[in-house]
Amino acid sequence: MKKNYDIVIIGGGPAGLAAAVAAYDNGVKDILILEREERLGGILNQCIHNGFGLTRFKESLSGPEYAARFIDEVQKRQIEVCTQTTVLALSKEKQVTVINSAQGVFTVQAKSVVLAMGCRERSRGALNVAGSRPAGIYSAGTAQKYVNIKGYLPGKRVVILGSGDIGLIMARRMTLEGAKVLAVCEIMPYSSGLKRNIAQCLDDFGIPLYLSHTITKIEGEKRVTGVVVSKVDENKRPIAGTEMHFDCDTVLFSVGLIPENELTKMAGIELSPKTRGAVVYQNRETDTDGVFACGNVLQVHDLVDFVSEEAEIAGKAAAQYVLNGAKVREEISVNTGNNISYVLPQKIDRNAGGQVKLFFRVTNTFKNCTITATSGGEVIAKRKKRIAVPGEMETLLLTEKTLAGINDEIVVSLEVDE
Amino acid sequence: MKKTLTCIECPLGCEIEVTMNGDEIVSIVGNGCLRGKAYAENEVTCPKRVVTSTVRAENGALVPVKTDAPVKKSEMFEIMQKINAVKVKLPVKIGDILLENISDGANLIATGNEE
Amino acid sequence: MFDVIVIGGGVVGGLILRELTKYHLNVCLLEKASDVSMGASKANSGIVHAGFDATPNSNKAKFNVLGNEMMEKVTGELGVKFRRNGSLVVAFSAEEIETLKELKARGEQNGVSGLEIISQERLREMEKNISDEALGALYAPTGGIVCPYELTIAAIGNAMDNGAKLETEFEVVKIVKNEECFVLSSSKGKTIEGKIVINAAGLQSGKIAALAGDSGIEIKGRKGEYILLDRESGDFVSHTLFFTPTKLGKGILVTQTEDGNILLGPTAEELENAGTDTSAQGLAFVIEKARKMCKNPPLFNTITSFAGVRAYSSKGDFIIEESKTVKGLIHCAGIESPGLTAAPAIAKFVVETLVGGSLRLIKNENFNGARTPDYFFKNLSTEEKNAIIARDPSYGKIVCRCEQITEGEILRAIRANPPARDIDGVKRRTRSGMGRCQGGFCQPYIAELIAKERGVSLEQVTKCGDGSELIMGVTK
Repeated sequence: MKKNYDIVIIGGGPAGLAAAVAAYDNGVKDILILEREERLGGILNQCIHNGFGLTRFKESLSGPEYAARFIDEVQKRQIEVCTQTTVLALSKEKQVTVINSAQGVFTVQAKSVVLAMGCRERSRGALNVAGSRPAGIYSAGTAQKYVNIKGYLPGKRVVILGSGDIGLIMARRMTLEGAKVLAVCEIMPYSSGLKRNIAQCLDDFGIPLYLSHTITKIEGEKRVTGVVVSKVDENKRPIAGTEMHFDCDTVLFSVGLIPENELTKMAGIELSPKTRGAVVYQNRETDTDGVFACGNVLQVHDLVDFVSEEAEIAGKAAAQYVLNGAKVREEISVNTGNNISYVLPQKIDRNAGGQVKLFFRVTNTFKNCTITATSGGEVIAKRKKRIAVPGEMETLLLTEKTLAGINDEIVVSLEVDE
Repeated sequence: MKKTLTCIECPLGCEIEVTMNGDEIVSIVGNGCLRGKAYAENEVTCPKRVVTSTVRAENGALVPVKTDAPVKKSEMFEIMQKINAVKVKLPVKIGDILLENISDGANLIATGNEE
Repeated sequence: MFDVIVIGGGVVGGLILRELTKYHLNVCLLEKASDVSMGASKANSGIVHAGFDATPNSNKAKFNVLGNEMMEKVTGELGVKFRRNGSLVVAFSAEEIETLKELKARGEQNGVSGLEIISQERLREMEKNISDEALGALYAPTGGIVCPYELTIAAIGNAMDNGAKLETEFEVVKIVKNEECFVLSSSKGKTIEGKIVINAAGLQSGKIAALAGDSGIEIKGRKGEYILLDRESGDFVSHTLFFTPTKLGKGILVTQTEDGNILLGPTAEELENAGTDTSAQGLAFVIEKARKMCKNPPLFNTITSFAGVRAYSSKGDFIIEESKTVKGLIHCAGIESPGLTAAPAIAKFVVETLVGGSLRLIKNENFNGARTPDYFFKNLSTEEKNAIIARDPSYGKIVCRCEQITEGEILRAIRANPPARDIDGVKRRTRSGMGRCQGGFCQPYIAELIAKERGVSLEQVTKCGDGSELIMGVTK
């Protein structure tokens, strides 16, 4: 195997695949994709439900179908892929140390690196849910792997904590495969999942969704035997006297995703505490020249279609970096104002030209509100929303013309209309 | 009579209000596109869903599958029983029909490539 | 018939078992759970105490100081990680500073070396995140950290490598003493015979004593809840930070673990019945105290919370003696803190003096005290790694991504002494599943490895023994 590549892409999921294709199509052919699993596609392989690709392909695909479209493109271009290979270390100098069974441990030198490692689920442990620690407690994604990839049913009577999309999807999957889902509990007063998933995954099967509720105790010595669910107040504290008991053998946690940035950290790349991903320019370049990040390792997306879109930006930029080298930048920072939890990119290079789409999330549910981007006291972009929720990523477009006229920091904020 | 639905056609999840007079649809408002209108029409008369699941291959692996058209929501569990009984021979390619006419003319097709 | 039967696969029983194999003795360990190190030795603070805390001339004081001195040697031989990170007992008032002076004097009387009372300034230099309210501390450089289950598993594994027998799922329900020996029966109807019985049954040691006809041992349980933080925050503190002890006990501590996590806890709750549930109040108390000790503890990096039960005797001291009423029955009971530290010294004393008092001890020249740790690959050089992968490609496959544990290490843990039989057993030995994703990614794969190695179906693979099966059926 070669020891030098123009571009090394870490991760062969949707982000890595799209980045590879975009890099190739922008003039760099010497690309290596590193994937730890046996096959390409990442988490899409276990997302066998439909609904992927509506934005990009105008049709409703299953996860494996969506992945296959990109895998086909990668194969057509004969881009080199190394599966069952885990990256152990990444340096600021773009040395990638990997391990696999066939070649052992070795280091590859890249001119450019694209980080596309995806994210992981928050676990039960991270929430300090009280009670026992028996068998039958799974993150929704682990249960999904057991059901969809291995063909096993992790449990028969299920309570789900968290109404993220994976949890909702698993409520339906477990029900169809023969389990009884007793309840989905959500600590927030709103669901972080898509509305259509509440309709088709819960309502279709008569599964109750308890908003402003959480699991306050898990019971069972060897296997889960039940949970206590309590209503919470506005500070998310359980209210005494509101306890409900469910006899169940399984608890699934769908309580958020965290970008997997251990390698990013190892390379000393600046991370944002808000996104828990790298701080990037609009071309998805990190503070380290030639290292790019895209997909859920950068920010947790709602839809894979947006992951692909972002990965194409990063892949193209990686190719440009390899062909043209580092650029002299003129930097404007982008920051969060009122009611915005994060905004990405965090930095805009004015010299790059072109338009920039800002991605961000709001901190709460707002009705009839206006989202604005301001710079130097002037509104440079705005959008009215009938409803804005944290579960849906928002965008604002800054045109090339707008960007040419500003010199100060850009602030994105949301105000409720009078 | 009015029925309020959440459209499942795309991630927007439009809230659609259907006004009925008996079995007759009087008006549909709130849909963002034509697919939403069609969804609402079906939903108040005969709700349909695409069913996704897996089938077992002869070597024990699982092949992801879906119905290639929406099937009656009320028949989902019967359809699941049919899906669970399917055993397929590998290789299978995306789009291969694994069970013809599983319900009302819809076929069960593979959604993953398995060698 | 065995020469010696040890009841209880905790750190005390485990180190005694290993000590016994240094002699020509036929020995066996009985453990009621499906794996060893399932009681207090699974869930405690992992502190090697310096020895300033115990009442002078007590068993606790004596074995603590001796055990502390022995820790390098025993952990070195067994390949168990151990580090003298130093302990700090932190004072928050002038009154507590006075208590520190008493502690120092007591420690010196116990034979603890290097004790020093340090100023607020020096404390802040040593611990950058210490609370602004902290006024000073007692510094004990001989204090250390060790992983309690790693030590226990290694000790029992090494004893087995040297010929000891292990019986898991052997819950002793009946003990009969006849002319020649003890006959022990299990809840599953098995019997086993031995000349000497060592009662190291932790929380059950009062019950075991009673079964043998000695009603003089009274044992209670005290529950402690803990919170564990990600290795990412591992440099939050470097020493073990204690509050100044009060009449109510030592209180909670903030410490690095030997694996580089941060551990907060334990609470102390008296228990009638053993249980290891965590509670909202308990965890809130741990958080409150951690916030008092340190500025902004990185609780956002919490990866799990857990609880353990420490057994303590009504006498307030370790009971390490031959039964006064049943000859040949040796008690190691009420081994609460600093039991982990004391365990190597207790083991030596029990074997050389108590067992040696009834049986002739002949040195086993073939005894090999060395053991390769269950996980080791990550710390090797690239050349060493490649040499191993060339021999066994399973070491080239990372299974646990958070802790970078290879398939080779997991297979080895399933095959080595004492064999891991379930998910938690693999986890305790290899750390796979112990990282930030808590097994979310690797558990299905590890379950398959266990099923394959043990020749069972995936449906039979458990988290922690019978009744804790991972899955409840096949879907098609």
